[in-house]
Amino acid sequence: MTSIADDHQTDSVLAARADARAQAVRTADYMPYRPASTSPVVPDGVDRNSLVWAETVAPGGYTHRVIARGTRLRLDDPTGSACAHVILYNALETNERLNVADTIKIPWQAYLGTGHPLLSGDGRALATITADTSGRHDTFCGTSTDESATARYGSAAPEGPSPSGRSRFLLAAAKHGLSGRDLPPSVSFFQGVHVEADGGLTFTGSAGEGTHVELVAELPLLVLIVNVPHPLDPSNDYLVGPLRVHAWPGAPTLPGDPQFTATPEVNRAYLNSIDYAEARGL
Amino acid sequence: MTATTTHTIGDRVIETTVPVGAHYAEGTILDPNGPLASGADAHADADADAVVLDETVAPLAPWSARLLAGQTLTIVDVGGNQSADFLVYNAQDTLERYSTPDTLAWQQNAYLRQGSILRSNLGRPLMTVTGNEIDRQDTIGGACSKESNTLRYGFHTEHQHGCRENFLAEAARHGLGARDLVSNINWFMNVPVEADGTLGIVDGMSAPGKRVALRAEMDVLVIVSNCPQMNNPCNDFNCTPLRMIVTSPALATKENHA
Ligand SMILES: [Zn+2]
Repeated sequence: MTSIADDHQTDSVLAARADARAQAVRTADYMPYRPASTSPVVPDGVDRNSLVWAETVAPGGYTHRVIARGTRLRLDDPTGSACAHVILYNALETNERLNVADTIKIPWQAYLGTGHPLLSGDGRALATITADTSGRHDTFCGTSTDESATARYGSAAPEGPSPSGRSRFLLAAAKHGLSGRDLPPSVSFFQGVHVEADGGLTFTGSAGEGTHVELVAELPLLVLIVNVPHPLDPSNDYLVGPLRVHAWPGAPTLPGDPQFTATPEVNRAYLNSIDYAEARGL
Repeated sequence: MTATTTHTIGDRVIETTVPVGAHYAEGTILDPNGPLASGADAHADADADAVVLDETVAPLAPWSARLLAGQTLTIVDVGGNQSADFLVYNAQDTLERYSTPDTLAWQQNAYLRQGSILRSNLGRPLMTVTGNEIDRQDTIGGACSKESNTLRYGFHTEHQHGCRENFLAEAARHGLGARDLVSNINWFMNVPVEADGTLGIVDGMSAPGKRVALRAEMDVLVIVSNCPQMNNPCNDFNCTPLRMIVTSPALATKENHA
């Protein structure tokens, strides 16, 4: 029987070290690009040397990062089948986190799109959507659990072909000292849900390949991103596409920006965020 | 189009785009063996013991169990040279957990063998190695993770499943998290330290059906990752199952029913 072990000489420590080091030249479809300037797919109009985060998240994968106030965060769905489940936290005080109810109630709008703030439960804007070419997003259904993934796919094993969104959020959160109690409802991008007149939730799916969403961080953020099928995705197969992530420095929403006074509610959210940031010396 | 693979889960067949790690090759020799008990007359003792748990850990998967004091866990390296990454906690107070330095300093030896006492961060015995069919067992090599894989093999490995993912996923089921993960044991993994200090993971010394047996010295929680690593020889580049058998001494079983 031939095996993969036949391709590796690992019978001594020095041979094992040489074998390990020889692997570094490889690339993969799903990987972080470090430095970020080496990203193979820099967004149009962005200086690759300004990038602070560049990564392709695997189907079923997750990523997480603390980003500075003002950072632009762009998510790309190259195949039209990604689903980016996102939770945001104030990186300085993680008990302040995304509040999906306030995020739709305060702006009087259930559907996310350009100009929509992502609000915390503390009356502040954590982020604002600054660009959106998809228009298919969801603030109602959260992400999958081991219970729902097992019902749909037969398994939610973390090492298996159909991990749940919550289990991925748990892993991402754990790497920042957070646990299950720190996982509020998430929002998801690139797979839409529509609320019918009778309250029915209709999965509208993807807007097609090549769409993107861009956010700006109004505060220093801990960002958790999970790329798993939407809970209402009707397929019994687990067919989520890769997700691209890029980030680069910028400015938060400030007085003088049209967005700053777009609505009275969002204006007060920005005033609260700025008030917090100034007191912290940010 | 994103690449897919087909997986059978029970009576279902699903297509997935998740880049699932490799399982063992067809034709791999598997030996599930059986319980290994303490003492020189191992098999005689094993026959008298009551099996209270007998589970197979699939390749790449996490596992955990609670053992009562006096019970024995036999881990069977079913396919040979499959690292069983292992953590153990005081089940009553998980702030007391396995400690590599306490274990090594107490026994004044860098490897685990028959008779090794797995000590806690309070210096107390958690478990004892009452049976061992490998020359030496590892507790200095730590666990693989998607993050440390990028250091060892390159950024292209970052998406691969690792033991730290398994530990975190399984720990979360017991209310534990990242701060509860400490340096672990790797049953059936081979990490020699050479005269000049050179150390690393090299080809293993185990074989299909080899075993280690651990007697709980207090009520313990055991968390295991069946290592998914495919970039070094800790799994022979061929991830195989582990068999976990918990046995109670016949006498203790009677006492429990009294
Ligand atoms: Zn491992």
